[in-house]
Formats: sequence, structure tokens, C-alpha cells
Amino acid sequence: MNRYPVWKYIVIAIAVLLGALYTAPNYFGESPALQVTSGKSTVKIGSDLTAQVEQVLKQENLKADGVMLDGEGSHVSVRARFFDTDTQFKAKLALEHALNPDPSDPSFIVTNNLTANTPAWMQKIRALPMYLGLDLRGGVHFLMQVDVKAALEKRVAGIQTSVRATLRDKNIRHAGIERKDNTVEVKFRDDDTRKKARAALADMQELVMTDAADGADLKLVLSLKPAALKEAMDNGVKQNIATLSKRVNELGVAEPVIQQQGTDRIVVELPGVQDVARAKSIIGRTATLEVRMVDESVVPGTELQSAVPFNSELFTVGKGVPVVLYKDSVLTGDYISRATASFDQNHNAAVSIDLNGDGGRKMRDATRDRVGKKMAIVLYEQKGKPEVLSVATIQSELGSSFQITGMGNSENAAELALLLRSGALYAPMTVIEERTVGPALGAENIQKGKMSMIYGFAAIAVFMVFYYMLFGAFSVLALAVNLLLLMALLSRMQATLTLPGIAAIALALGMAIDANVLINERIREELRKGNSPQAAIADGFRHAWDTIIDSNVTTLIVGIALYVFGSGPVRGFAVVHCLGILTSMFSAVFVSRGVVNLWYGRKKKLQSVSIGTVWVPGQSK
Amino acid sequence: MEFFRIKKDIPFMRHALVFNAISALTFVAAVFFLFHNRLHLSIEFTGGTVIEVQYQHAADLEKIRGAVAGIGYEHPEVTSFGTARDVMLRLPITGAAGKDAAGASARVFDALCKADNGSIKRMDTTTDKGEQVTKDACMDAAGKEAVVLHKVEFVGPQVGEELAQNGMNALAMVVVGVMIYLAIRFEWKYAVSAIIANLHDVVIILGFFAFFQWEFSLTVLAAVLAVLGYSVNESVVIFDRIRENFRKQRKASVHEVIDNAITSTISRTIITHGCTQMMVLSMLVFGGPTLHYFALALTIGICFGIYSSVFVAAAVAMWLGVKREDLIKPVKEKDETDGAVV
Repeated sequence: MNRYPVWKYIVIAIAVLLGALYTAPNYFGESPALQVTSGKSTVKIGSDLTAQVEQVLKQENLKADGVMLDGEGSHVSVRARFFDTDTQFKAKLALEHALNPDPSDPSFIVTNNLTANTPAWMQKIRALPMYLGLDLRGGVHFLMQVDVKAALEKRVAGIQTSVRATLRDKNIRHAGIERKDNTVEVKFRDDDTRKKARAALADMQELVMTDAADGADLKLVLSLKPAALKEAMDNGVKQNIATLSKRVNELGVAEPVIQQQGTDRIVVELPGVQDVARAKSIIGRTATLEVRMVDESVVPGTELQSAVPFNSELFTVGKGVPVVLYKDSVLTGDYISRATASFDQNHNAAVSIDLNGDGGRKMRDATRDRVGKKMAIVLYEQKGKPEVLSVATIQSELGSSFQITGMGNSENAAELALLLRSGALYAPMTVIEERTVGPALGAENIQKGKMSMIYGFAAIAVFMVFYYMLFGAFSVLALAVNLLLLMALLSRMQATLTLPGIAAIALALGMAIDANVLINERIREELRKGNSPQAAIADGFRHAWDTIIDSNVTTLIVGIALYVFGSGPVRGFAVVHCLGILTSMFSAVFVSRGVVNLWYGRKKKLQSVSIGTVWVPGQSK
Repeated sequence: MEFFRIKKDIPFMRHALVFNAISALTFVAAVFFLFHNRLHLSIEFTGGTVIEVQYQHAADLEKIRGAVAGIGYEHPEVTSFGTARDVMLRLPITGAAGKDAAGASARVFDALCKADNGSIKRMDTTTDKGEQVTKDACMDAAGKEAVVLHKVEFVGPQVGEELAQNGMNALAMVVVGVMIYLAIRFEWKYAVSAIIANLHDVVIILGFFAFFQWEFSLTVLAAVLAVLGYSVNESVVIFDRIRENFRKQRKASVHEVIDNAITSTISRTIITHGCTQMMVLSMLVFGGPTLHYFALALTIGICFGIYSSVFVAAAVAMWLGVKREDLIKPVKEKDETDGAVV
């Protein structure tokens, strides 16, 4: 009766093997590495850089333990792993020299780093070490509040400008345009004009128009549709995140986390960074954009030789193509309210730009007489040289919304749109939470967490074996499987492990033993009643199962509540707590039963089981 | 080995009144301390800055206090923890210096460094493992790091309020969730008595924290909720037995049924809690300051958890008048052979 079909043993074996496989990466340690990240917002990192790095290392005869492309989105980097720090040091010099021909204006940032020693085939199946929280590896955590009101104001100001421009273009006379909270109010003298204005503004689909009267004046109140309002706020946060991502890249942080939290907050986590002051200054930095005209008095092709006119400057576009621009800017990035990748009428990749404030008027004035001439977009960052993003030919007079082309493909267009948006922080931000943990403290925390787990586990193991004999040993085995599976799950899911998380692992083990105690006690009880050993085992497991389910459900409720309402380290606790319950159900019931069945199941004439003393009242033993 | 050689059912319910009176007294005392002493909330709830620094030698707390007061903090809380070299500063968010709270850590570190005759220098080192480390370090004349910044935690006031609110929400969700589950699985009387018994544990843990003025942080809150779930387990196990006994022992009175249920589960109760407590003790001893209060909350919770589920939950269920009919539907009466577990 206590026999498992073969498939159940196979399931257990597979679970244990997978557990071992995914836990293994945690034991490989780390080796010295170099990380190459983009030093400029225009420099993209791809597989070509990987090849370049490999080549440089080969040339210098430096042996690397693998060069790989890492990360995704805007945090792509190339990493080269080395066997010793000596090679790492030499390689750093070589790479810096080879990748950055102009040391004063580096395109790439090379930083020393530590990379997990996981073998390549393990990385392929995503068997990675656990993702440690800041309290365990040290680093900086910021929670920033985005001033969405400011983002909204910016958007509404942009609407005001385009409304003014449209009405002027269509020659519709109004008696004033005002901005009130999140609405734009246009006053009219008569209803006829108002109707005309309505028709003229019908193109702006994100607006809701309502008629209103203010004394003798007739008004048209323009407000953003709820969806557009939400989009404007979302964009404010998203654009700030985009800007932050680019800036953080410059810090050369291994695995930065930049995420939206709630509607208007951004979390920035920079593991390993100790230089809080620098991190803060970079995060709070502002970058601006300028639109400038190309000085065509200089014959193209002779920019480098000929003298640059007094009111012009020499720039280079992309990879060293020179261009001479007027010093006066047509407008600055502050006027850009929106930039999106799109296509022009010829289906060429383009970037659509909306200007706000007086931007539209400025642009119109500047481009009216310059159709066919060239215009350049320059990105200024607080430090380093300004950079020309693109040079484009003006096709027609430009207004508050226009397109720029000449990016080649849609990917570049998307990149440029992002850049235009992320050049400067869109909305102001304030730091509302900051956490810095030194790396020494992090290592100490890991050590302490480990110690408490090991000693706790040992104490339980000794007691269980002492009290329940062989059944106790089975329980300890099940508990060990539980720990293995829990660690494997945490590694596989890459859930953030924090110190409370480690505490939760320990606690999960302490609580998981409950299921085994229940089973063992129940078996003893059945034996006490005089049941045969085989029947006692079967009944014990069966009766205990219901209770185990009940008690785990209540614990699960707690875990979920903590996950939903917790934040930071507590959420780490909650994740482990929930996972621990699931693995303990599997290991305590399924695995321990499997082991018991394997041991006792085949013995038909089982006389006694090793479960410690079964004391029956009236018998002295 | 067998610890529990119980010959007859222990008449727990006969003394239910006494135990309930003891519980009520402890509960009232806990509530009194909660209101009188208040909880010593961590900055996660109140907002503020906590800075942990380490000195080369035993730290002079008075000097540190002076330095921090010098830059505008009125009542800085400066304590040493762990060793005499480790110092923890707790700075309020109120007051003149609290206004630019986000920049507090840099200013305080600067002041501490100056007080120790050091100067802040940029340090660019590479660890022997090959990790590059750049930071502003406080160097003394001999070129050693006079003060090492270990940890900074700044929480803005709006975040604190939110965390407190979320904590209450989590507690409410646990209470409601557990009650609904128990009401479905058993009956409302059991749900009510389990929750009363276990909330009583929660209040007592909080009472301890208020009385000793231990720091109540988010991690402690997590521990309290974990204990709540854990103690509910305890009550569930006993209720399970009560139900089983109602089925098996048709003739027994409610009293006897409950007594028998508690007696037959007591050994499991003690052993399980003992095992969990071993783990928690290990955390208390080896876990360091971060896990100290976490483990402490768990310890109190586990001890009172045993007490409350054995003496309080079942007793309250009894006062609420649980009956055989509540749990066993009349339809099932026919099924005499297999009455054990559904």
C-alpha cells in the first residue's frame, strides 16, 4: 500500500536535479571583469563592439575568459572576464586606448567589475546566481518623486501655443488665450467666430472643447481628454526614466535598476556604487538640446581647411564629418514638448516634434526664409563637448509641430526621438527616499544570514533525528530538498534576495518542519492505536495532509498580503515566504512520502518502523 | 524518545475561565503600554535619516553629538551599537536642518569627518578581486580612513505615512483573508475565535515593543504578520481535531471533545514550535542587529502563539457555543464507516 508508481519517483528525481542545477551558479563565485558601456548617448552598443573588444584583446595577447554582450534595453554593455586582476589591469589600459581615440572625449567607458563565474552553458539556460538586494551587496537606492504637475503644465503650455498659432494661421480673431489650471481658455467676441475656431481646432484630437460664458465674453474651454491627461503624466515619468537610464549608463554600474513605482515615482538602484555624491549629481544633471542653422558660407568639404566665420563654430557629426554651425541657436530643447518616431509622406523614417511655449513661433520665424537650407540639432551635456545629432534639410516652413528626416532607418529615428525627449529631465524630481549600504556591511549581512540558517538547520536536524529516529532523518532530508528547491526557485526567478529574505528562508525551514512533525506524530498515534506499521504510515500521511493544507493556506494569505502592501526589503521577505510554502508542501508531503515508501514500502511483513518511542498508556517502556 | 506521556485527556476547558482572565489581563496591560509608552517607530514610518558609521577607535558619542548639533540638528539621537566603534545616528526630519533632508547624509558625514580632524578626499581603489571602487572617504592625517560610512537611510515624510498606511492595510488583509478562509473551511465561530486569539498575540507583541521601547520597523511588522499566520495554523490544527472528534466521538460532550483535541495535538504543538523557535533563536544569536528585533518579535509571537491557540482560541470557540451540528451536516450522518477526514 505504500508504493509509489515509478513516475512519481521520476518527478522527485527531476525536481531535485533541476534544483541542484539552478542552485549551482551560487557557488561559482566571481572573477575580475571589465565592462564597456556607452559614454555618449549617441553611441550604441551591439555585437560589433563585442567583436572589436575581442580583437583588441587578441592583438595585445591578453587572454580573456569570454567576452559577451550583456543586458537589454538601454543598459547594454560588453563584458570581458579575466582569470586574474593583472590581465584585467592591462586589458583596461588597452581597451581604453583602442576604443577611445580621443581620450578627452571618450565614446566608451571601461570600468573594472566583478562578473559571476557561471559557465556559459549554464547562462544559456538562465541558471544564474541569486539576485542580491542592496542590503546584501551594497549600493545606493533612491526613490524619487516626479513632479507630474510640472509635466502637465508643460503640456498645457504647449497646447496654448499651438492653439494661438492655429488661430492666427486661420485668421480667426480671438479676445485672448489664457491658461487656467489644466485648461486653456480662449475668449471670443461672437458666437460665429467661436464656431469657426472650433472647426479649426478640431484637428487637435486629444482636446475636449466645451463652450462657456464669462459675463459678456464667450469662451471656449479646451482641456485634455482624460486619456491624454494620463498620457501626459505617464510620459513625464517615462521620459525622466529614459533620461536617468542614459545617465546611469555613464556611471558604469553593473546592473542598475530604474523603474517606475506607482504613478509618479521612480526607483533607482545602483548596486555596488559607493560614491553617493557623484551618483546624485549625475542623476540630477540637466542636458539641453539646441536647434542651429548650418553656416553655408563655408563650402562643404572644406570645413577643416577654411577659416570658420566669426559667429560660427565647427562641429563634427557622428563619426567625424565636420559641419559649421552658427553660434546663435534657433531654439533650445526646453521648447520640445513631444518627440515621436514616425514616417514622412514618402515613408522615410522621421521624427515628429511638437514644440511648446514660444517655440512654434521662433521656429516659424527662423525657417520661413530658409527653405532648402540645412538645420542641425545639437545636444549639450553639462560636461563634455556638444554633439551634433543630425543635420537635415528644411523642406518647408516649420511650425510648432514638424518632422525631421535624414536618420536613415526607423531604429535611428526612434533613438533620436528618445534622445530629444530624454535630453533633459522632463519634470523636476525630488529624492524622497535614499538608502546607502557599504559593501562590507552587505557581505557581513550575507554572512550573518548564512550563519543563522546553518545553525538553525543543524539544531532542527539533530533534534529530529534524535526524536523521530529514521523518520526524523527522512524529514531532515525533505527539509534539505526544500531548501534546495527554494534556492533554485529564487535563482531561477531572479527575485531580489534581501536580508529579511534570508530570514524568510530560515523561517520557512523552521515552519516547514511543522508538516513533518504533523505526519510523524500522526503515524505514532496510529501505531499507538495498534495499527500495523504499513497502515499507520498510510493513514498518518493521509490524515496529516488536510491539516497541512489548512495551515499553509493561512500562511500563504500572510505572504500575499505582505507582497501586495510591502515595499523594499519586506517585499523580498514576502516573496520568499510564499515560495517557501509552495516548496515545503512539495517536499514535506511528496518527497518525504517518497523516501518513506522507498524504504519501507517493499517490506510486506513490516514489524516495526523506526520512528522513536511509541508510548502506549499502560505499557511501561 | 517521547516527551509526552499523557494518560488521560487534560481538562483544559475546565480552567478556561482562569486562562481567559489571564489573557485579558495581559491584553489590557499590552494595550495600556501601547497607549502610554507608544511604539518606538523606525524612520521607515516617521521619516528621517539614519546613518551608521564606523570609527577607527572607540567612538566619542558626546563629540559626535556636538558635531551633529553644530550643523543644526536639535536632538540628534546618537547611540553605539554592536561594538564601541560602530555608531548609529538618528536624525529627525523636523527642524531647520531637516528641511533639506535628502542632502543630510553628505552634510553629516562632512561634519563628522571634520570633528575627527579628517578631510574628505576622493578615493579610487581597486579591490583585490578586481572591482573598482570610487568614493569620497574621510582621511585623517595618517592617511587612514577615520570615519567609514556604512549605511545611510533617508525616508521622506510622505513615504513614511504611506508605509504606515500600507502596514495597516496588510494587517487588515491578513485578518479578513484568514477569517474568510476559516469561515469557509470550518464555521464563523471558529473564524472569530481564531482571529481573537491571534490578534491578542499581535497586541501582546506590540505591547512588548512599546514597553521596552524596542524599535518597530517594517521588518518587525513582517515578523508580526508572519507570526499571526503561523499561530492561526496552530488554531487550525486544533480545530481540525475538534471536527474529527465531533465525527468520531458521538457521545462525548463539547467539553470532552475539545479537551481530547487539544491533548492529542499538544505534543505536535510543542515540538513544531520548538523547532521553529530553534531557528529563530539562531537568528537572534547570529543574525546581527538587523535581524535582532525581527527574531525577538518572532520569539514572543511563538511563545504566546502556543498559549493562545491552546488556551484562548478553543475556549473562545467554546464560549461562542460550537456544536457538533455546526461542522457536520446532517446528510453526512449516514456515512458511519468513514468519518475521519473528508
